[in-house]
Amino acid sequence: MSKVVHEFTTAIPEWKPYVRPLDLAEASPAQLEALKVTPSNTKVSDYVLVLAHDVETLTHRSPLFNGVMYNKGGLSRAEREIGAVGASIVNRCIYCAAVHASRYNQLTKDESVIAAIFADGTEAEISPRLKAILDFSVKLSKCPSDADASDMQALVDAGLGKDEILDLILSSSLFGWANRLMHTLGEPLAE
Amino acid sequence: MAENKDVIAGIVGVEPGSELAAVVAGRADIMALTQQTHDGALTPVEPGGLSHAERAALACRIAKINDDKDFEEHFEALLEKAGASGDTARIADIWFDGGNNARFKALIRHVDLVAHAPKDATRRDIELLQEAGLTDADIVRLSELVAFCSYQIRVAAGLRLMRGLA
Repeated sequence: MSKVVHEFTTAIPEWKPYVRPLDLAEASPAQLEALKVTPSNTKVSDYVLVLAHDVETLTHRSPLFNGVMYNKGGLSRAEREIGAVGASIVNRCIYCAAVHASRYNQLTKDESVIAAIFADGTEAEISPRLKAILDFSVKLSKCPSDADASDMQALVDAGLGKDEILDLILSSSLFGWANRLMHTLGEPLAE
Repeated sequence: MAENKDVIAGIVGVEPGSELAAVVAGRADIMALTQQTHDGALTPVEPGGLSHAERAALACRIAKINDDKDFEEHFEALLEKAGASGDTARIADIWFDGGNNARFKALIRHVDLVAHAPKDATRRDIELLQEAGLTDADIVRLSELVAFCSYQIRVAAGLRLMRGLA
C-alpha cells in the first residue's frame, strides 16, 4: 500500500498526478514532436505526459531544463544540484528534492552534505562554498526573492566565478518553475 | 507569435559590451529558450481555455506578489496589447478576488497560492479548479504560466544582483 511522502528523502518516490496525463493515442503531431525531445524516448513519464497538455511551453522546457542542468562549463553539475535542492526545500517539493539530492550524492560519492542539509537546512555545517551556494538558492527561491547584494557578494567571496554564479541563478530559478509543477500537479508516493 | 525582444535583458538592463553581457552570452541558448517559453506561456498560438488577456492579467498578479515593478509593467503592456475587457483586466488588480465570477475566483485563488506559497498546495487546490470548470489541459496551462513567470522573475532578480557587482 503506497503512502504520500511528506519528509525529505533521497529515496526517489513515485509521482502520481492529480490530473489526467495525455493519452498518447490522442496526442497531436505537435505534442508527439515535443515529447521526442525529452531525455528518455523509451518510456514517457506521467509527469511529461501531464506537461504535454501545454505543448507550447513543453517544447522549449525540455531543452531548457537539460541545458541549465547539464551544459558544459560554468558551475559543476553537483553544485547546480544544490541550487535545485535549495529551491525544492523552500517550496517543499519532496519529489524534486529527492531526485536532485540523490543526483548530488551520485556525482560526489558523498552523502554527508545532503544529510546535513536535510537535517539542518541553511544551518547545515557544510563547506563555506556550498553554504554560500545553498543560502543564495534558498533566498532567491522565497517569494518575493530575499537574496540581496550581500548574498551575491558571499558567492564571489566563496570563489565562484561570474559564469558559475549565472549557472546557480539559473538552476535555482529553474526549480522555482519545476517545483511549482511537480508539487502542485501531483504527489510523491512510496511503498 | 509576436517577435518579442528579450524580456529579461530589457528588464535587467544588460548593457551591450559589458562584462555581464559577456557572461550572459555564454548561456545565450538558455536565454533564447527562456524567451520562447515566455511567448508560449503568455501569447500561445493555441491558448486553449486561457486567453492571452487572462494570462497577462494573471502574470501581473504574479509580478506584484513577487514585488517586481519591472515585470508588472511588462505584463501590463501585454494586457493592454491583448485588448482585455474591463472584467478580465480587473484580474490584474491584486485586491480583486474574482467577485461573482466563479471561474475568475478559482483562477486568482490558485495563481496567488502557487506564486506565493507552492509548498501549501494540495490535491484539493486542483479539485477546486476542476469544480470551477477548468479542463485538465487548462489546469496544466495555468500551472505552467505561474511556474514559468516565477522562474523568469527569479532569473532577472539574480541578474540584477550580478549587475551590482564590481
